Amino acid sequence: MTVATKERKLTIARAMAEAIAQEMRVDERVFVMGEDIGPLGGVFGNTRGLHEEFGSERVRDTPISETAFMGAAVGAASDGMRPIVELMFVDFFGVCFDAIYNLMAKNTYFSGGEVQVPVVLMTSTGGGYSDAGQHSQCLHATFAHLPGMKVVAPSNAYDAKGLMTAAIRDNNPVIFMFHKALQGMGWLGTEKDAIVHVPEESYEVPIGKAAVVREGNDLTIVGITSGVHHGLKAARQLAERGISAEVIDLRALVPLDRATVIESVRKTGRLIVVDEDYQSYGVSSEIICSVAEQGVPLKAAPQRVAYPDIPIPFTPPMEQWALPNADKIVAAYELMEKHS
Amino acid sequence: MRDIVFKTEIALTRYLSADGKPLDTLPPWCSAAEPLTTYYRWMVLARQFDQKAIALQRTGQLGTYASSLGAEAIDVVTGHLMTPADVLVPYYRNHALQMIRGTPMHDILLYWGGDERGNSGAAMGRDLPNAVPIATQTLHAAGAAAALKYRHQPHAVVCLCGDGATSKGDFAEALNLAGVWHLPLVMIVNNNQWAISVPRHMQCAAPTLAQKALAAGIPAEQVDGNDAIALHEVIEHALVRARSGKGPSLIEALSYRLSDHTTADDASRYRAPEKLKEAWQNDPIRRLRHYLLDQGLWDDAQERACLDEAQNRVQSAVEQYLATPPEPVECMFEYLYAERPEQLSGQIDSARIRGGGSA
Repeated sequence: MTVATKERKLTIARAMAEAIAQEMRVDERVFVMGEDIGPLGGVFGNTRGLHEEFGSERVRDTPISETAFMGAAVGAASDGMRPIVELMFVDFFGVCFDAIYNLMAKNTYFSGGEVQVPVVLMTSTGGGYSDAGQHSQCLHATFAHLPGMKVVAPSNAYDAKGLMTAAIRDNNPVIFMFHKALQGMGWLGTEKDAIVHVPEESYEVPIGKAAVVREGNDLTIVGITSGVHHGLKAARQLAERGISAEVIDLRALVPLDRATVIESVRKTGRLIVVDEDYQSYGVSSEIICSVAEQGVPLKAAPQRVAYPDIPIPFTPPMEQWALPNADKIVAAYELMEKHS
Repeated sequence: MRDIVFKTEIALTRYLSADGKPLDTLPPWCSAAEPLTTYYRWMVLARQFDQKAIALQRTGQLGTYASSLGAEAIDVVTGHLMTPADVLVPYYRNHALQMIRGTPMHDILLYWGGDERGNSGAAMGRDLPNAVPIATQTLHAAGAAAALKYRHQPHAVVCLCGDGATSKGDFAEALNLAGVWHLPLVMIVNNNQWAISVPRHMQCAAPTLAQKALAAGIPAEQVDGNDAIALHEVIEHALVRARSGKGPSLIEALSYRLSDHTTADDASRYRAPEKLKEAWQNDPIRRLRHYLLDQGLWDDAQERACLDEAQNRVQSAVEQYLATPPEPVECMFEYLYAERPEQLSGQIDSARIRGGGSA
């Protein structure tokens, strides 16, 4: 029997809140804490409605003490709870990183597998709306580099809900990075293509499986969060010139779905990686290296379109000039062809 | 046997009622026009600047801006009591204080407009830049105070932060260091009752924030942050202590954030309008105006002239700001290292080639 499903477009912010609410309804162990996540509903809207439904005990505003609530999340998770903590901006990780990378990420290993630490750490990434160098970074590589944590980062609301559900149910710590420009909050410069149909019922998107979001034969563009949208726009521009670009949304950095990327590059022979994180020592180099290590035959030298190795400027013209975008991907393709 | 080994109390100093009536015998200096009328003029200027900055942000001519509405007395009194050789370690709401320290008003607009040249004002090099992260500056202040002490300079470091910052580990560690090293530091907590949406009572269970300093062996007290006279007395005392080698102090100034957290916030989502209305009764500018008028130190003509002058000064700073041509975008590569490394030069070229364009 076919049931007509009504389209139900949600923002990533609402999709995240919905996934959390659905898990909280069925699992008493799940609770949320962080700064301004209570009555305000999160600075980026991803806990809207939770405080009203679940109250201050399960949706708790914390003092401005990231070390305290990150450490407490590790303790609560080790004692059988499933905390979801919000680090308001990923840029703030520096004040609580010991709790994250030395404890949350390693306590399972240190306890010989006896202790599990199922924390979901959700944190906002990205710039583009003039919030300067301490509130606009992505820091994908910083988290993906360190063992013991899974790292996911959706580009659209469907994946956001499914990845959040999977993250809450996962028995490992999961870093859930959401890009501010994809949140669906106007003042952050909303990307409309991130607002997609989201089924009402609960579902999981597997952590560690990339998605081919556009098929093509001449070029592989790999991205995550905002990079996927830049990649799709560039693919449309290139299509007008008769160039067929395949676009891959990594969706997770740990585990990294190298197989999907390698398979695609085997087909196209050309690779551009788009990443809003700093260029050097980043996701872009990891992807290009993963392809190179496999000896995949290439028709041109791979390119990366990433953020230059400078702090993110406050002033909009400078920030926009430095951010990755579709035009830069097209220019990278042109450069690639010129040199090949 | 059970002895009490530590016992203390926290004083709250206040001289004027909300309507500017003396609650106690005032210090003798309060019967003169100076410095109180200077304080008043600067507080009016600070508020005019604040209103204009928000208007600029709302019309897309300034970046995200943190309002200082309600904190005028704290900034202005602190600024006037500091000597040029003292060191200011501000957070992100101390615009008037920075102006008093010598930073031109249009530089402050340049800064909040995203132009790094806004950092080149007269006070820079001596004072530290704005700290946007929470409480990180408290540790820098301890370091600056240690430097003064190391060099045997009889000056003070003044550090400001908000109530939320007192929940940070940085704050506790800065106080501990200042206490154990006996540093010339005056830590002023502008307790404006809100850390974005989180009210004071959800920030800390202690009845005062001042008492956090006691654990570090530092004298601490509260002062009415809307009362310029009380602020003057308490801050002056702490500065003299610091400069004369008597060590650090903490002052918790009780105020109220009459604005949103920043222009990126909307406090009406979490704060009842009655609370805000009630807080306006304690407006520091109104309080001082009432006192000055009652004492015959101020009149309506001075009030009008003061407002006109403030508006004119702000207007001319805004004109200067808006007339400043932006720097080319590539200048962002120039400010990161003392000398630009080759690697970055390559990245500028690649940003140009790849459709980044040029400003």
